[in-house]
Amino acid sequence: MIRRPPAVLLLPALVGLAFLVLPLGGLLARAPWSTLGTRLAEPQVLEALRLSLVTATLATALCLLFGVPLAWLLARVPFPGARLLRALVTVPLVLPPVVGGVALLLALGRRGLVGQWLDAWFGLTLPFTTAGVVLAETFVAMPFLVISVEGALRGADQRFEEAAATLGASRWTVFRRVTLPLVAPGVAAGAVLCWARALGEFGATITFAGNFPGRTQTMPLAVYLALETDPQAAIVLSLVLLAVSVLVLAALRDRWIGAG
Amino acid sequence: MKRTLAIAVAASTLLASAACGDTGDDEKASGGSRTLNVFAAASLTETFGALGKSFESSHPGVKVRFNFGGSSALAAQINQGAPADVFAAASPATMKTVTDAKGAAGTPTTFVKNRLVIAVPPSDPGKVAKFADLAEPGLKVVLCATPVPCGAAAQKALAAAGLKVKPASQEQDVKGVLTKVELGEADAGLVYRTDAKAAGAKVKGIEFPESAKAINAYPIATLARAPQPDLAKQFVDLVLSAPGRTVLTQAGFEAP
Amino acid sequence: MSGLDARLVVRRGAFDLDLELAAAPGEVVALLGPNGAGKSTALRALAGLVPTAGGHVRVDGAELRPLPPERRGIGMVFQDYLLFPHLSALDNVAFGPRCQGRRKGEARRAAAAWLDRVGLADRASDRPRALSGGQAQRVALARALAVEPRLLLLDEPLAALDAHTRLEVRAALRRHLAGFGGAAVLVTHDPLDAMVLADRIVVVEDGRLVQQGAPAEIARRPRTDYVARLVGLNLYRGRAAGRSVTVADGTGDGHVLDTLDSLEGEVFLAFSPAAVALHRSRPDGSPRNVWQATVSAVERHGDRVRVTVSGPPLDAAADVTAGAVAELQLAEGARVWVAVKAAETHVYPA
Repeated sequence: MIRRPPAVLLLPALVGLAFLVLPLGGLLARAPWSTLGTRLAEPQVLEALRLSLVTATLATALCLLFGVPLAWLLARVPFPGARLLRALVTVPLVLPPVVGGVALLLALGRRGLVGQWLDAWFGLTLPFTTAGVVLAETFVAMPFLVISVEGALRGADQRFEEAAATLGASRWTVFRRVTLPLVAPGVAAGAVLCWARALGEFGATITFAGNFPGRTQTMPLAVYLALETDPQAAIVLSLVLLAVSVLVLAALRDRWIGAG
Repeated sequence: MKRTLAIAVAASTLLASAACGDTGDDEKASGGSRTLNVFAAASLTETFGALGKSFESSHPGVKVRFNFGGSSALAAQINQGAPADVFAAASPATMKTVTDAKGAAGTPTTFVKNRLVIAVPPSDPGKVAKFADLAEPGLKVVLCATPVPCGAAAQKALAAAGLKVKPASQEQDVKGVLTKVELGEADAGLVYRTDAKAAGAKVKGIEFPESAKAINAYPIATLARAPQPDLAKQFVDLVLSAPGRTVLTQAGFEAP
Repeated sequence: MSGLDARLVVRRGAFDLDLELAAAPGEVVALLGPNGAGKSTALRALAGLVPTAGGHVRVDGAELRPLPPERRGIGMVFQDYLLFPHLSALDNVAFGPRCQGRRKGEARRAAAAWLDRVGLADRASDRPRALSGGQAQRVALARALAVEPRLLLLDEPLAALDAHTRLEVRAALRRHLAGFGGAAVLVTHDPLDAMVLADRIVVVEDGRLVQQGAPAEIARRPRTDYVARLVGLNLYRGRAAGRSVTVADGTGDGHVLDTLDSLEGEVFLAFSPAAVALHRSRPDGSPRNVWQATVSAVERHGDRVRVTVSGPPLDAAADVTAGAVAELQLAEGARVWVAVKAAETHVYPA
């Protein structure tokens, strides 16, 4: 028997859904459909899109490379101050991204805490470079991955790791061949969230990496500047960003998370 | 650090501005007191803040609420129906988007002019002395993006001087340029004289004669859909008055 | 010495385990005890999964105590098997050989041979999710044996199975254990598993060894109430003087039971519930121990009825037929005469 969901849940659910979808409808309704084709073909649009996809993907890779071990540390290794560290990891979540960008400048900028040495020793400056964009995106996106993977690790049955150890697996082998496959859905979900967050990143990017077409101007930056002069163009750019992300996320969801 | 905070605040104001500005309810709630909504270019933050205080003290029961931001974003908000009484823009072009949309009541008046200066870190690591130095290879220069008024002015000045500058970044607003210079990320940037002055000792402003080719006029107008048209007119009068002009020129603006 | 020789000392809060344990090569030792007695902790301590506070763990003379689990060279079968859900049955079994540094193909061939030995060659490519409980248990056994351990540990290997499967798997496990050349330690709370599978039973209560011996010995001569209950015997402790045993009866004087065994000093006296006869009136005739008691419980026990009677002077369990229950009108609170023939009792030194 199919029971009707209770109205007390259904109603707020529908309101919530409308709230999320309605602005999307606004974009679609006001989109300049007739000139869409020519606007999309503009090289600047494609350039910004390419840069966004490349940097978001690289940022996700960095998040995986450093975030998964960090999540493992938080979930599996008891040490004093773990609570504090866990709170610190979530700082980029609550920090306004613009402030995050300033913080990055103060740390990794040409005169920054670490940045001045990078500049002095390796002649490496990160602001105004594509690498800077990737770092800014990594900074804001990493907590999504860490939180997701840490949750998965805490939920995973640690006795599988014990079983692997009794079979002669070193801790690294256990991590690689047992732990990681067990939390793969969590890692995938985290990576997807991470990628989506990186793709939409604006504040930290423009503050830390600046805005230069082809080098640091990602889609959100292009959208923001287009709003200054040509709101219609901004709508088009937003639709492109939206379409690409929905496409990618839907594909990944089916492939990785769909099993659940 | 103060500047950092100001940027954060400016950015969040910009984001929040779409949500606020519901004056009608406010008025009823505060029982008879009135609120004047002034939308003004971000470069007017300090001066208009001071003028607003003096307006409030001479108009008991009136509260002046400011929405400072990029002129173009403000113009877009006004054209989308934001309840504003006064609009002070950083360029005639942005004001024009409002007048074109029949948003202004009457003709806008130019109340001040602003000119560009070269902003460099106090130590001037790039050894910038004159406008032509900006074209030095290897010098990190940041400009405003062309769509925003300070960027348009910069392009105009560079073109007039026949200089080719490849900027490291095209910032979304003048505060973005200042941040990069203050933190030493950029060796030089083109900002308004008022901005350089407001930044105090954190940047050094270098005047250059070529800036005369790109003087920026600030127009102000009362708005057609102003909820408080009389107060709006009185505020514009204050800005245009002699005391108002003093406040503005002290901050580095030039009389029109 | 070869085989296992261990003394396990584990302290965790209020819990305290101190257990000496030995197993010769080819010998299967069962750790039997109530829940919370520390038998699983002992097994995990042998595997290195629980830190020990003292003692030693020697296998074939080598000290394993300082080594982490992965370097102990042991095989372990876990209670719910813990087969890696993302690997096929074959790759689960090949996991150990791979960790020992064998090539992928070689490890898989070895794994296939082990799967064949446990009769699951045709399920090699199945994921654990697709296996039945009994099949999963056999894969877990093959996985543990594939590392060719010198010590095999089995934690409640049959507990997760239903009664029918259990019977089948128990028999198969017995065959595989018989073919295993190293020492094996099995943890169970089921006396039947212990009796069928083990060469020797170690009974653990409250973290201490309370009795050990061959299954038949344990079954015949229990030394604690817990073991007596497990093996289904009435057990009393007392003082023997010739053919009389004086058992504490709660009054201080003691109740004297007659036996045919002649011993002196502290003894245990045991008899089967089946040897107990109940009567409404005092029976007479051949030499027998007789006392009066109150029925405290009546419950079905297979095709017999288990009647528990309470003293003073003595408590006892009696197995009688359903007919006798009706005839004697046995119900809680009824007063009955309890009779046990001296020839049915069994006395051994404490």
